[in-house]
Amino acid sequence: MRHWNGYLRAGTILLAILTAAIVVGCFWTPYDPTAMSVGPAFDPPSLQHLLGTDRFGRDIFSRVLKGAGTTFAIAGATVAVGAVCGTAIGALTGYFGGVVDGVLMRLGDVLTAFPSILLALVIISILGPGNKYNVVIALGLVFIPSFARVTRTAFASLRDVNYVKSAQLMGASSLRILCVHILPNTLQVLLPAVTIGFNNAVLAEASMSFLGIGVTPPDASLGYMLSEAQSMLSAAPWYALGTGAAIVLLVFSVGLVGEGLQRRGGEVA
Amino acid sequence: MSEELVLSLRHVTSGYRTGGMLRRGAYQEVLHDVTFDVRHGEILGLVGESGTGKSTLARTILGMVRPDKGEVIHYTKRPQMIFQDPYSSLNPAYTVGWILEEPLRIYGKYPAQERKRRVREMLARVELPEECLTARPAALSGGQRQRVSIAAALIKRPRFLIADEPVSALDVTIQAQILDLLRTLRDELDLSYLFISHDLNVVYQLCDRVLVMKEGRIVEQGRVEEIFDHPKEAYTKQLLAAAE
Repeated sequence: MRHWNGYLRAGTILLAILTAAIVVGCFWTPYDPTAMSVGPAFDPPSLQHLLGTDRFGRDIFSRVLKGAGTTFAIAGATVAVGAVCGTAIGALTGYFGGVVDGVLMRLGDVLTAFPSILLALVIISILGPGNKYNVVIALGLVFIPSFARVTRTAFASLRDVNYVKSAQLMGASSLRILCVHILPNTLQVLLPAVTIGFNNAVLAEASMSFLGIGVTPPDASLGYMLSEAQSMLSAAPWYALGTGAAIVLLVFSVGLVGEGLQRRGGEVA
Repeated sequence: MSEELVLSLRHVTSGYRTGGMLRRGAYQEVLHDVTFDVRHGEILGLVGESGTGKSTLARTILGMVRPDKGEVIHYTKRPQMIFQDPYSSLNPAYTVGWILEEPLRIYGKYPAQERKRRVREMLARVELPEECLTARPAALSGGQRQRVSIAAALIKRPRFLIADEPVSALDVTIQAQILDLLRTLRDELDLSYLFISHDLNVVYQLCDRVLVMKEGRIVEQGRVEEIFDHPKEAYTKQLLAAAE
Protein backbone atom coordinates (compact mmCIF):
# COMPACT_ATOMS: atom_id res chain seq x y z
CA MET A 1 0.00 0.00 0.00
CA ARG A 2 1.58 3.20 -1.12
CA HIS A 3 -0.77 5.85 0.16
CA TRP A 4 -2.71 5.53 3.38
CA ASN A 5 -5.30 7.99 4.49
CA GLY A 6 -7.59 8.33 7.48
CA TYR A 7 -10.52 6.60 5.81
CA LEU A 8 -8.47 3.70 4.59
CA ARG A 9 -6.71 3.24 7.92
CA ALA A 10 -9.87 3.42 10.05
CA GLY A 11 -11.80 1.21 7.64
CA THR A 12 -9.06 -1.40 7.42
CA ILE A 13 -8.66 -1.59 11.21
CA LEU A 14 -12.42 -1.88 11.79
CA LEU A 15 -12.80 -4.42 9.01
CA ALA A 16 -9.87 -6.44 10.35
CA ILE A 17 -11.49 -6.58 13.82
CA LEU A 18 -14.85 -7.62 12.33
CA THR A 19 -13.24 -10.21 10.06
CA ALA A 20 -11.31 -11.63 13.02
CA ALA A 21 -14.54 -11.85 15.03
CA ILE A 22 -16.30 -13.53 12.10
CA VAL A 23 -13.49 -16.02 11.60
CA VAL A 24 -13.50 -16.84 15.33
CA GLY A 25 -17.31 -17.16 15.11
CA CYS A 26 -16.96 -19.84 12.48
CA PHE A 27 -15.10 -22.11 14.92
CA TRP A 28 -16.07 -20.95 18.38
CA THR A 29 -18.95 -18.99 19.88
CA PRO A 30 -19.59 -18.39 23.60
CA TYR A 31 -22.67 -20.59 23.36
CA ASP A 32 -24.09 -22.87 20.68
CA PRO A 33 -25.96 -20.35 18.49
CA THR A 34 -28.83 -22.77 17.83
CA ALA A 35 -29.07 -24.33 21.32
CA MET A 36 -32.18 -23.28 23.21
CA SER A 37 -32.37 -22.37 26.86
CA VAL A 38 -28.70 -21.65 27.38
CA GLY A 39 -30.08 -18.88 29.59
CA PRO A 40 -33.45 -17.58 30.65
CA ALA A 41 -35.70 -16.32 27.83
CA PHE A 42 -35.70 -12.56 27.13
CA ASP A 43 -32.68 -12.02 29.36
CA PRO A 44 -31.40 -8.44 28.81
CA PRO A 45 -27.72 -7.90 27.94
CA SER A 46 -25.38 -8.92 30.74
CA LEU A 47 -21.85 -10.22 31.17
CA GLN A 48 -23.08 -13.80 30.65
CA HIS A 49 -25.01 -12.87 27.54
CA LEU A 50 -23.44 -9.80 25.92
CA LEU A 51 -26.46 -9.12 23.71
CA GLY A 52 -29.03 -10.88 25.89
CA THR A 53 -31.18 -13.84 24.90
CA ASP A 54 -34.24 -14.31 22.72
CA ARG A 55 -37.62 -15.99 23.25
CA PHE A 56 -36.07 -19.45 23.22
CA GLY A 57 -33.25 -18.54 25.54
CA ARG A 58 -30.64 -18.59 22.75
CA ASP A 59 -27.54 -16.44 23.17
CA ILE A 60 -27.89 -13.56 20.73
CA PHE A 61 -24.21 -12.61 20.66
CA SER A 62 -23.34 -16.12 19.48
CA ARG A 63 -26.10 -15.94 16.88
CA VAL A 64 -24.86 -12.56 15.61
CA LEU A 65 -21.29 -13.89 15.28
CA LYS A 66 -22.48 -16.90 13.30
CA GLY A 67 -25.01 -14.88 11.27
CA ALA A 68 -22.43 -12.23 10.38
CA GLY A 69 -20.27 -15.03 8.99
CA THR A 70 -23.09 -16.25 6.76
CA THR A 71 -23.88 -12.73 5.59
CA PHE A 72 -20.21 -12.01 4.96
CA ALA A 73 -19.78 -15.20 2.93
CA ILE A 74 -22.91 -14.61 0.85
CA ALA A 75 -22.05 -10.97 0.18
CA GLY A 76 -18.47 -11.89 -0.70
CA ALA A 77 -19.52 -14.65 -3.08
CA THR A 78 -22.15 -12.40 -4.65
CA VAL A 79 -19.64 -9.64 -5.30
CA ALA A 80 -17.16 -12.17 -6.65
CA VAL A 81 -19.72 -13.47 -9.16
CA GLY A 82 -20.82 -9.96 -10.13
CA ALA A 83 -17.33 -8.48 -10.26
CA VAL A 84 -15.68 -11.29 -12.21
CA CYS A 85 -18.47 -11.62 -14.82
CA GLY A 86 -19.08 -7.86 -14.94
CA THR A 87 -15.38 -7.06 -15.33
CA ALA A 88 -14.98 -9.63 -18.10
CA ILE A 89 -17.99 -8.28 -20.01
CA GLY A 90 -17.04 -4.65 -19.41
CA ALA A 91 -13.44 -5.23 -20.46
CA LEU A 92 -14.41 -6.91 -23.72
CA THR A 93 -17.11 -4.43 -24.67
CA GLY A 94 -15.08 -1.40 -23.61
CA TYR A 95 -11.97 -2.49 -25.48
CA PHE A 96 -13.50 -3.86 -28.66
CA GLY A 97 -16.62 -1.69 -28.88
CA GLY A 98 -18.80 -2.23 -31.91
CA VAL A 99 -22.10 -4.04 -32.23
CA VAL A 100 -21.55 -6.49 -29.34
CA ASP A 101 -20.84 -3.51 -27.09
CA GLY A 102 -24.07 -1.80 -28.14
CA VAL A 103 -26.21 -4.89 -27.67
CA LEU A 104 -24.74 -5.93 -24.31
CA MET A 105 -24.92 -2.44 -22.85
CA ARG A 106 -28.57 -1.98 -23.89
CA LEU A 107 -29.27 -5.38 -22.31
CA GLY A 108 -27.59 -4.06 -19.16
CA ASP A 109 -29.81 -0.96 -19.30
CA VAL A 110 -32.89 -3.17 -19.43
CA LEU A 111 -31.69 -5.15 -16.40
CA THR A 112 -30.90 -2.03 -14.38
CA ALA A 113 -34.34 -0.62 -15.20
CA PHE A 114 -35.84 -3.24 -12.85
CA PRO A 115 -35.50 -2.67 -9.10
CA SER A 116 -32.65 -4.99 -8.15
CA ILE A 117 -34.51 -6.76 -5.32
CA LEU A 118 -37.44 -7.46 -7.65
CA LEU A 119 -35.10 -8.85 -10.28
CA ALA A 120 -33.36 -11.04 -7.69
CA LEU A 121 -36.81 -12.21 -6.54
CA VAL A 122 -37.71 -13.28 -10.07
CA ILE A 123 -34.42 -15.17 -10.47
CA ILE A 124 -34.82 -16.81 -7.04
CA SER A 125 -38.32 -17.98 -7.86
CA ILE A 126 -37.00 -19.51 -11.08
CA LEU A 127 -34.04 -21.21 -9.36
CA GLY A 128 -35.99 -22.23 -6.29
CA PRO A 129 -36.02 -20.41 -2.95
CA GLY A 130 -34.51 -21.39 0.37
CA ASN A 131 -31.01 -22.20 -0.86
CA LYS A 132 -28.10 -19.91 -0.08
CA TYR A 133 -26.31 -20.78 -3.33
CA ASN A 134 -29.34 -19.63 -5.29
CA VAL A 135 -29.28 -16.36 -3.34
CA VAL A 136 -25.66 -15.89 -4.41
CA ILE A 137 -26.44 -16.63 -8.06
CA ALA A 138 -29.50 -14.38 -8.12
CA LEU A 139 -27.79 -11.42 -6.47
CA GLY A 140 -24.61 -12.00 -8.47
CA LEU A 141 -26.53 -11.82 -11.74
CA VAL A 142 -28.27 -8.65 -10.60
CA PHE A 143 -24.89 -7.08 -9.82
CA ILE A 144 -23.27 -7.84 -13.18
CA PRO A 145 -24.56 -4.81 -15.15
CA SER A 146 -23.27 -2.20 -12.71
CA PHE A 147 -19.79 -3.76 -12.65
CA ALA A 148 -19.85 -4.15 -16.42
CA ARG A 149 -20.68 -0.48 -16.86
CA VAL A 150 -17.94 0.77 -14.54
CA THR A 151 -15.36 -1.53 -16.14
CA ARG A 152 -16.47 -0.70 -19.66
CA THR A 153 -15.98 3.03 -19.07
CA ALA A 154 -12.52 2.47 -17.60
CA PHE A 155 -11.39 0.16 -20.41
CA ALA A 156 -12.85 2.36 -23.15
CA SER A 157 -10.97 5.38 -21.79
CA LEU A 158 -7.67 3.50 -21.80
CA ARG A 159 -8.16 1.78 -25.16
CA ASP A 160 -6.46 4.55 -27.15
CA VAL A 161 -3.81 5.48 -24.63
CA ASN A 162 -0.27 5.41 -26.02
CA TYR A 163 1.06 2.61 -23.84
CA VAL A 164 -1.77 0.40 -25.08
CA LYS A 165 -0.96 1.38 -28.68
CA SER A 166 2.69 0.53 -28.01
CA ALA A 167 1.71 -2.90 -26.72
CA GLN A 168 -0.39 -3.44 -29.86
CA LEU A 169 2.56 -2.42 -32.02
CA MET A 170 4.78 -4.90 -30.21
CA GLY A 171 2.35 -7.62 -31.15
CA ALA A 172 0.84 -8.31 -27.72
CA SER A 173 -2.29 -10.46 -27.82
CA SER A 174 -5.62 -8.83 -26.98
CA LEU A 175 -5.89 -10.98 -23.86
CA ARG A 176 -2.47 -9.80 -22.70
CA ILE A 177 -3.35 -6.17 -23.39
CA LEU A 178 -6.63 -6.48 -21.48
CA CYS A 179 -5.31 -8.36 -18.45
CA VAL A 180 -1.72 -7.17 -18.13
CA HIS A 181 -1.66 -3.69 -19.66
CA ILE A 182 -5.09 -2.23 -18.95
CA LEU A 183 -6.56 -4.08 -15.96
CA PRO A 184 -4.00 -2.90 -13.34
CA ASN A 185 -4.74 0.69 -14.32
CA THR A 186 -8.47 0.27 -13.78
CA LEU A 187 -8.12 -1.07 -10.22
CA GLN A 188 -8.44 2.35 -8.66
CA VAL A 189 -11.90 2.53 -10.20
CA LEU A 190 -12.78 -1.14 -9.75
CA LEU A 191 -11.78 -1.59 -6.10
CA PRO A 192 -14.11 1.14 -4.78
CA ALA A 193 -16.84 -0.34 -6.98
CA VAL A 194 -16.21 -3.73 -5.35
CA THR A 195 -16.58 -2.27 -1.85
CA ILE A 196 -19.78 -0.48 -2.80
CA GLY A 197 -21.02 -3.69 -4.39
CA PHE A 198 -20.17 -5.63 -1.24
CA ASN A 199 -22.24 -3.26 0.87
CA ASN A 200 -25.15 -3.43 -1.54
CA ALA A 201 -24.87 -7.22 -1.40
CA VAL A 202 -24.96 -7.21 2.42
CA LEU A 203 -28.06 -5.02 2.37
CA ALA A 204 -29.71 -6.95 -0.47
CA GLU A 205 -29.12 -10.28 1.26
CA ALA A 206 -30.47 -8.83 4.50
CA SER A 207 -33.59 -7.52 2.74
CA MET A 208 -34.18 -10.83 0.96
CA SER A 209 -33.74 -12.89 4.10
CA PHE A 210 -35.92 -10.42 5.97
CA LEU A 211 -38.61 -11.02 3.36
CA GLY A 212 -38.14 -14.76 3.80
CA ILE A 213 -36.77 -15.59 0.36
CA GLY A 214 -33.12 -15.68 1.28
CA VAL A 215 -31.43 -17.86 3.84
CA THR A 216 -33.61 -20.38 5.70
CA PRO A 217 -32.96 -22.28 8.96
CA PRO A 218 -30.77 -23.91 10.12
CA ASP A 219 -28.57 -21.26 8.39
CA ALA A 220 -29.00 -17.86 9.96
CA SER A 221 -27.87 -14.64 8.32
CA LEU A 222 -28.14 -11.20 9.84
CA GLY A 223 -31.13 -10.42 7.63
CA TYR A 224 -32.95 -13.57 8.67
CA MET A 225 -32.25 -12.80 12.32
CA LEU A 226 -33.58 -9.28 11.87
CA SER A 227 -36.89 -10.63 10.63
CA GLU A 228 -36.93 -13.00 13.61
CA ALA A 229 -36.18 -10.12 15.96
CA GLN A 230 -39.09 -8.15 14.60
CA SER A 231 -41.56 -10.55 16.20
CA MET A 232 -40.08 -9.95 19.65
CA LEU A 233 -39.24 -6.29 19.25
CA SER A 234 -40.94 -5.14 22.48
CA ALA A 235 -39.88 -8.09 24.65
CA ALA A 236 -36.29 -8.27 23.44
CA PRO A 237 -35.32 -5.01 21.68
CA TRP A 238 -31.65 -5.93 22.12
CA TYR A 239 -32.06 -8.68 19.52
CA ALA A 240 -32.97 -6.21 16.74
CA LEU A 241 -30.47 -3.64 17.98
CA GLY A 242 -27.56 -6.08 18.21
CA THR A 243 -28.24 -7.58 14.81
CA GLY A 244 -28.83 -4.19 13.21
CA ALA A 245 -25.63 -2.82 14.74
CA ALA A 246 -23.68 -5.74 13.26
CA ILE A 247 -25.04 -4.95 9.78
CA VAL A 248 -24.29 -1.25 10.22
CA LEU A 249 -20.73 -1.91 11.42
CA LEU A 250 -20.01 -4.26 8.53
CA VAL A 251 -21.37 -1.85 5.93
CA PHE A 252 -19.70 1.12 7.60
CA SER A 253 -16.23 -0.44 7.73
CA VAL A 254 -16.33 -1.62 4.11
CA GLY A 255 -17.70 1.79 3.11
CA LEU A 256 -14.74 3.47 4.83
CA VAL A 257 -12.29 1.25 2.98
CA GLY A 258 -14.05 2.07 -0.32
CA GLU A 259 -13.99 5.79 0.39
CA GLY A 260 -10.31 5.54 1.33
CA LEU A 261 -9.46 3.67 -1.86
CA GLN A 262 -11.33 6.20 -3.95
CA ARG A 263 -9.52 9.12 -2.35
CA ARG A 264 -6.20 7.37 -2.74
CA GLY A 265 -7.00 6.88 -6.42
CA GLY A 266 -7.64 10.62 -6.65
CA GLU A 267 -4.30 11.40 -5.02
CA VAL A 268 -2.33 9.13 -7.30
CA ALA A 269 -4.01 10.22 -10.53
CA MET B 1 24.42 7.18 -46.81
CA SER B 2 23.47 4.37 -49.16
CA GLU B 3 20.57 4.26 -51.56
CA GLU B 4 19.19 1.14 -49.92
CA LEU B 5 15.55 1.69 -48.85
CA VAL B 6 13.81 0.83 -45.59
CA LEU B 7 10.32 1.96 -46.55
CA SER B 8 8.39 2.99 -49.64
CA LEU B 9 4.95 4.47 -49.92
CA ARG B 10 3.39 4.37 -53.39
CA HIS B 11 0.31 6.49 -54.12
CA VAL B 12 -1.13 5.88 -50.66
CA THR B 13 -4.62 7.24 -50.17
CA SER B 14 -6.22 6.74 -46.80
CA GLY B 15 -9.27 7.99 -44.96
CA TYR B 16 -12.12 7.08 -42.70
CA ARG B 17 -15.85 7.03 -42.74
CA THR B 18 -17.76 9.12 -40.21
CA GLY B 19 -20.92 7.91 -38.53
CA GLY B 20 -21.65 5.13 -36.08
CA MET B 21 -23.11 1.68 -35.85
CA LEU B 22 -26.35 2.30 -37.72
CA ARG B 23 -25.56 5.17 -40.04
CA ARG B 24 -22.95 5.23 -42.75
CA GLY B 25 -21.45 8.69 -42.81
CA ALA B 26 -19.49 10.58 -45.42
CA TYR B 27 -16.03 9.46 -46.50
CA GLN B 28 -13.28 11.73 -45.24
CA GLU B 29 -10.01 11.50 -47.10
CA VAL B 30 -6.96 12.21 -44.94
CA LEU B 31 -4.02 11.17 -47.10
CA HIS B 32 -4.02 11.78 -50.81
CA ASP B 33 -1.67 10.05 -53.23
CA VAL B 34 1.31 10.03 -50.89
CA THR B 35 4.54 8.72 -52.42
CA PHE B 36 7.96 8.79 -50.80
CA ASP B 37 10.89 6.57 -49.76
CA VAL B 38 12.85 6.35 -46.55
CA ARG B 39 16.48 5.54 -47.26
CA HIS B 40 18.72 3.45 -45.10
CA GLY B 41 20.41 5.48 -42.38
CA GLU B 42 18.63 8.73 -42.96
CA ILE B 43 16.51 10.90 -40.73
CA LEU B 44 13.54 11.96 -42.80
CA GLY B 45 11.56 14.88 -41.43
CA LEU B 46 7.84 15.26 -41.93
CA VAL B 47 6.53 18.77 -41.38
CA GLY B 48 3.13 20.38 -41.74
CA GLU B 49 0.44 22.04 -39.69
CA SER B 50 -1.53 20.02 -37.16
CA GLY B 51 -4.52 18.27 -38.68
CA THR B 52 -2.78 17.75 -41.97
CA GLY B 53 -2.57 13.96 -41.66
CA LYS B 54 0.92 13.44 -40.24
CA SER B 55 -0.26 11.11 -37.50
CA THR B 56 -2.56 9.25 -39.89
CA LEU B 57 0.46 8.75 -42.11
CA ALA B 58 2.36 7.26 -39.17
CA ARG B 59 -0.57 4.99 -38.33
CA THR B 60 -0.82 3.89 -41.96
CA ILE B 61 2.86 2.98 -42.06
CA LEU B 62 2.47 1.01 -38.84
CA GLY B 63 -0.51 -0.86 -40.25
CA MET B 64 -2.99 0.55 -37.75
CA VAL B 65 -4.85 2.17 -40.63
CA ARG B 66 -5.29 0.26 -43.88
CA PRO B 67 -4.63 2.34 -47.00
CA ASP B 68 -7.62 2.57 -49.35
CA LYS B 69 -5.39 2.84 -52.39
CA GLY B 70 -1.69 2.41 -53.04
CA GLU B 71 0.78 0.35 -51.07
CA VAL B 72 3.13 0.55 -48.11
CA ILE B 73 6.29 -1.50 -48.69
CA HIS B 74 8.48 -2.43 -45.73
CA TYR B 75 12.01 -3.55 -46.52
CA THR B 76 12.85 -4.22 -42.86
CA LYS B 77 11.03 -5.80 -39.96
CA ARG B 78 8.15 -3.96 -38.33
CA PRO B 79 9.01 -0.39 -37.39
CA GLN B 80 8.45 0.88 -33.85
CA MET B 81 7.11 4.21 -32.73
CA ILE B 82 7.91 6.89 -30.16
CA PHE B 83 4.96 9.00 -29.11
CA GLN B 84 4.78 12.68 -28.39
CA ASP B 85 3.49 12.58 -24.85
CA PRO B 86 5.99 10.83 -22.58
CA TYR B 87 3.35 10.82 -19.83
CA SER B 88 0.87 8.53 -21.53
CA SER B 89 3.28 6.29 -23.43
CA LEU B 90 4.57 4.42 -20.37
CA ASN B 91 2.26 2.16 -18.39
CA PRO B 92 1.96 3.79 -14.93
CA ALA B 93 1.24 0.46 -13.22
CA TYR B 94 4.68 -1.01 -13.84
CA THR B 95 8.36 -0.32 -13.22
CA VAL B 96 10.72 0.82 -15.96
CA GLY B 97 12.42 -2.57 -15.88
CA TRP B 98 9.12 -4.33 -16.53
CA ILE B 99 8.17 -1.90 -19.30
CA LEU B 100 11.48 -2.40 -21.09
CA GLU B 101 11.31 -6.17 -20.75
CA GLU B 102 7.72 -6.43 -21.97
CA PRO B 103 8.45 -6.28 -25.74
CA LEU B 104 10.92 -9.15 -25.31
CA ARG B 105 8.45 -11.11 -23.21
CA ILE B 106 5.82 -10.69 -25.93
CA TYR B 107 8.35 -11.76 -28.52
CA GLY B 108 8.91 -14.83 -26.37
CA LYS B 109 12.20 -16.08 -27.83
CA TYR B 110 14.62 -15.13 -25.07
CA PRO B 111 15.12 -16.68 -21.62
CA ALA B 112 14.64 -14.37 -18.64
CA GLN B 113 18.36 -13.82 -18.09
CA GLU B 114 18.95 -12.77 -21.68
CA ARG B 115 15.95 -10.40 -21.48
CA LYS B 116 17.35 -8.77 -18.33
CA ARG B 117 20.76 -8.44 -19.95
CA ARG B 118 19.28 -6.70 -23.01
CA VAL B 119 17.22 -4.40 -20.81
CA ARG B 120 20.32 -3.28 -18.89
CA GLU B 121 22.26 -2.80 -22.10
CA MET B 122 19.52 -0.66 -23.64
CA LEU B 123 19.17 1.36 -20.45
CA ALA B 124 22.86 2.22 -20.68
CA ARG B 125 22.47 3.16 -24.34
CA VAL B 126 19.80 5.74 -23.51
CA GLU B 127 22.07 6.99 -20.70
CA LEU B 128 19.84 6.21 -17.76
CA PRO B 129 21.18 4.92 -14.40
CA GLU B 130 20.42 1.36 -13.28
CA GLU B 131 18.28 2.69 -10.40
CA CYS B 132 15.65 3.60 -12.98
CA LEU B 133 14.83 -0.08 -13.47
CA THR B 134 12.89 -0.24 -10.24
CA ALA B 135 11.28 3.20 -10.58
CA ARG B 136 7.78 3.75 -11.83
CA PRO B 137 7.23 6.27 -14.65
CA ALA B 138 5.58 8.72 -12.22
CA ALA B 139 8.93 9.13 -10.47
CA LEU B 140 10.76 10.17 -13.66
CA SER B 141 11.10 13.52 -15.39
CA GLY B 142 9.73 14.13 -18.87
CA GLY B 143 13.16 13.74 -20.43
CA GLN B 144 13.84 10.50 -18.57
CA ARG B 145 10.46 9.14 -19.61
CA GLN B 146 11.18 9.90 -23.23
CA ARG B 147 14.50 8.05 -22.88
CA VAL B 148 12.60 5.06 -21.51
CA SER B 149 10.14 5.27 -24.43
CA ILE B 150 13.05 5.28 -26.86
CA ALA B 151 14.63 2.30 -25.10
CA ALA B 152 11.33 0.39 -25.18
CA ALA B 153 10.93 1.09 -28.89
CA LEU B 154 14.48 -0.04 -29.63
CA ILE B 155 14.74 -3.09 -27.40
CA LYS B 156 13.63 -5.46 -30.14
CA ARG B 157 16.23 -3.88 -32.42
CA PRO B 158 14.05 -2.54 -35.20
CA ARG B 159 15.84 -0.91 -38.12
CA PHE B 160 13.31 1.83 -38.62
CA LEU B 161 11.69 4.10 -36.07
CA ILE B 162 8.81 6.54 -36.38
CA ALA B 163 9.02 9.43 -33.93
CA ASP B 164 5.83 11.46 -33.65
CA GLU B 165 6.77 14.84 -32.17
CA PRO B 166 9.11 13.14 -29.67
CA VAL B 167 10.51 16.35 -28.18
CA SER B 168 7.67 18.85 -28.48
CA ALA B 169 6.47 18.20 -24.91
CA LEU B 170 9.94 18.82 -23.45
CA ASP B 171 11.96 21.85 -22.32
CA VAL B 172 14.40 23.27 -24.84
CA THR B 173 17.53 22.00 -23.03
CA ILE B 174 16.05 18.53 -22.64
CA GLN B 175 14.99 18.66 -26.31
CA ALA B 176 18.60 19.14 -27.36
CA GLN B 177 19.73 16.18 -25.23
CA ILE B 178 17.06 13.88 -26.68
CA LEU B 179 17.89 14.97 -30.24
CA ASP B 180 21.56 14.22 -29.53
CA LEU B 181 20.61 10.82 -28.21
CA LEU B 182 18.51 10.06 -31.28
CA ARG B 183 21.43 11.01 -33.52
CA THR B 184 23.88 8.86 -31.53
CA LEU B 185 21.54 5.88 -31.54
CA ARG B 186 21.02 6.23 -35.29
CA ASP B 187 24.77 5.90 -35.81
CA GLU B 188 25.37 3.16 -33.24
CA LEU B 189 22.38 0.98 -34.03
CA ASP B 190 22.21 1.64 -37.76
CA LEU B 191 18.71 3.12 -37.65
CA SER B 192 16.54 5.17 -39.97
CA TYR B 193 13.91 7.58 -38.67
CA LEU B 194 10.76 9.17 -39.87
CA PHE B 195 10.72 12.24 -37.68
CA ILE B 196 7.35 13.97 -37.47
CA SER B 197 7.42 17.51 -36.15
CA HIS B 198 5.79 20.88 -36.48
CA ASP B 199 8.94 22.53 -35.16
CA LEU B 200 11.02 23.49 -38.21
CA ASN B 201 14.05 24.41 -36.11
CA VAL B 202 14.22 20.92 -34.68
CA VAL B 203 13.82 19.41 -38.14
CA TYR B 204 16.60 21.63 -39.47
CA GLN B 205 18.96 20.51 -36.69
CA LEU B 206 18.25 16.82 -36.95
CA CYS B 207 17.01 15.75 -40.35
CA ASP B 208 18.75 14.87 -43.61
CA ARG B 209 15.73 15.22 -45.86
CA VAL B 210 12.29 16.64 -45.29
CA LEU B 211 8.75 16.10 -46.56
CA VAL B 212 6.36 19.04 -46.46
CA MET B 213 2.77 18.00 -46.07
CA LYS B 214 -0.36 20.04 -46.63
CA GLU B 215 -3.91 18.79 -46.42
CA GLY B 216 -2.91 15.16 -46.85
CA ARG B 217 -0.55 15.72 -49.77
CA ILE B 218 3.21 15.86 -49.95
CA VAL B 219 3.74 19.27 -51.55
CA GLU B 220 7.52 19.35 -51.50
CA GLN B 221 10.39 17.04 -50.59
CA GLY B 222 14.15 17.20 -50.74
CA ARG B 223 17.32 17.79 -48.74
CA VAL B 224 16.78 19.94 -45.68
CA GLU B 225 19.17 22.73 -46.75
CA GLU B 226 17.57 22.93 -50.19
CA ILE B 227 14.03 23.11 -48.88
CA PHE B 228 14.84 25.51 -46.08
CA ASP B 229 17.07 27.82 -48.14
CA HIS B 230 15.23 27.67 -51.43
CA PRO B 231 11.62 26.68 -50.86
CA LYS B 232 9.67 26.35 -54.10
CA GLU B 233 6.14 26.02 -52.82
CA ALA B 234 4.25 28.97 -51.39
CA TYR B 235 3.09 26.78 -48.49
CA THR B 236 6.66 25.89 -47.52
CA LYS B 237 7.61 29.57 -47.59
CA GLN B 238 4.65 30.29 -45.35
CA LEU B 239 5.70 27.61 -42.84
CA LEU B 240 9.27 28.89 -42.84
CA ALA B 241 8.17 32.46 -42.36
CA ALA B 242 6.01 31.42 -39.42
CA ALA B 243 8.97 29.65 -37.78
CA GLU B 244 11.36 32.61 -38.02
